[in-house]
Amino acid sequence: MKLIQAIIKPFKMDEVKDALNEIGIEGITISEVKGFGRQKGHTELYRGAEYVVDFIPKIKMEIAISDEQVTKVVETIQNAAKTGRIGDGKIFIIPLEEAIRIRTGETGSDAI
Amino acid sequence: MKFKHSLTAIVFIIMAGMIPICAMAEEKKEATAVSAPAAATIASETVAPAVVPVAAPAAAPANPAPVFNGADTAWMLISAALVLFMLPGLALFYGGMVRAKNVLSTMMHSFVVMGIVGVQWVVIGYTLSFGDDIGGGFLGKMNKFMLNGITPDTLFQFVATSANAIPEYIFVMFQGMFAIITIALISGAVAERIKFSAYCIFALVWTTLVYDPIAHWVWGPGGWLLGKGALDFAGGTVVHLSSGVSALALLIFLGKRHGFPTERMAPHNLPLTLLGVGILWFGWFGFNAGSAVAANGTAALAFVTTTIAPAAAGLSWMFAEWIHSGKPSALGFGSGVVAGLVGITPAAGLVTPGAAILLGACVGVVCYLAILVKAKLKYDDSLDAFGVHGVGGTFGAIATGVLATVGAKGLIAGEPKQVLTQIIAIVAAGAYAFIVTLIIAFILDKTIGLRVEKEDEIMGLDQTQHSESGYNM
Repeated sequence: MKLIQAIIKPFKMDEVKDALNEIGIEGITISEVKGFGRQKGHTELYRGAEYVVDFIPKIKMEIAISDEQVTKVVETIQNAAKTGRIGDGKIFIIPLEEAIRIRTGETGSDAI
Repeated sequence: MKFKHSLTAIVFIIMAGMIPICAMAEEKKEATAVSAPAAATIASETVAPAVVPVAAPAAAPANPAPVFNGADTAWMLISAALVLFMLPGLALFYGGMVRAKNVLSTMMHSFVVMGIVGVQWVVIGYTLSFGDDIGGGFLGKMNKFMLNGITPDTLFQFVATSANAIPEYIFVMFQGMFAIITIALISGAVAERIKFSAYCIFALVWTTLVYDPIAHWVWGPGGWLLGKGALDFAGGTVVHLSSGVSALALLIFLGKRHGFPTERMAPHNLPLTLLGVGILWFGWFGFNAGSAVAANGTAALAFVTTTIAPAAAGLSWMFAEWIHSGKPSALGFGSGVVAGLVGITPAAGLVTPGAAILLGACVGVVCYLAILVKAKLKYDDSLDAFGVHGVGGTFGAIATGVLATVGAKGLIAGEPKQVLTQIIAIVAAGAYAFIVTLIIAFILDKTIGLRVEKEDEIMGLDQTQHSESGYNM
């Protein structure tokens, strides 16, 4: 099993979610996060006072999947989240040791 | 870059186009002004002899006895309420501009003075400003202490030559609202670090020692600046100049916010600020048009200028910012509107609509430049009480001396001395406000202390001064 962690542009969230739904992904967790990569931050100006905003808002999506789904899921996220401009985000693939469905007690691939 | 140049060109064309419009408007005004008094004299001549055939004919039309006027009374009741409504407007305007941890404390600065000055005004403030004169135009006597002698039947005649009168109670309250908003304006400079107890004491002492005397000088019976012929239609000098200059004086002892100017201190909620601008503008119709103290043509003129000067100022600030820093900001437009309201205040009922556009367009740019200078000088006037009210109030007071053509004569109406009179009023009121505020601030700083502890400031004033937070989610 793998945990896919995708950091994407906030306005791309719905597109990515719909695309993942289409390929049969049934569970996604998202959080609003802030960070910077190569895109860096931007400046804001309030009555002549300039502030550099280092961390810009992004959406972090977490999806637990079985090993054979990885290529398909990564491809889907990449296609849906891509604008071609700097700041599109990243996808991390993390090994997932165990998963348990709380209601039934199922484990492993059955639980995701 | 090309875009910037074309914007500059547009602004210049608009400004240049305004000059002839102004000139035309003034010519027309003069023509009507000549005919209006003529009509008035005819009316009084025909009516007066019929009513009082035996009484001395010379004295009667000059200073008629006050007669209750229902229309004026209704308008002044509404105006007074409109001016009070500016306080929640100001609270939102300022509250949106501070960081989230200080939103309640900043809004409280506007609200608590409704309590403090609301009581002070009735007890002592009104009599200090509008009681019988003592000290050669310096202060009012204690003859109206606790509104002594005023009953629902007491009539107040604003213009001695007109019989129209309103109950004095309404005049008391209308003026009281002015005293309340003036001290609240100062709070913009001291936001995010002043100790609440010190602010409350300062509000009481400042209103008594600074506002009340200056209001007497400019508006009170026998006030010395009134006697000199200084023009201040709705409080440019009394309200905006005095509060702006005092804000600057208070800053000397208060000092900068911790972390200024390196730390990020961006406004936490500009939608609140913009809502505040709208409410302030709405309330300002009572402030300016109500200052005619009658439901008449002067009030109507003040209403017109209170609409168009802020409109022009919002645009001029926005364009200035657009050209200078590349983007037209919402905060910039809102600030411009407030600058325009401040600028037109002393001139509201005294200038033509064309002149009001010119005044507004200029004051927007002047105040924008003032806040840029502030950013360079790095003194910490948190929400620009001086940059907008001090600078805008001064500019408006001088511009009134230049542009006044309706019911008063400024420079362009052939009375260059008026500009000098305006400058005397500005310097006198400004110097007095600055020095007395400095003394009050010094004493407060040395006794109870003006500022909160550094740790409390970092945690936020909402928690440390009020044990609350603005947003619980």
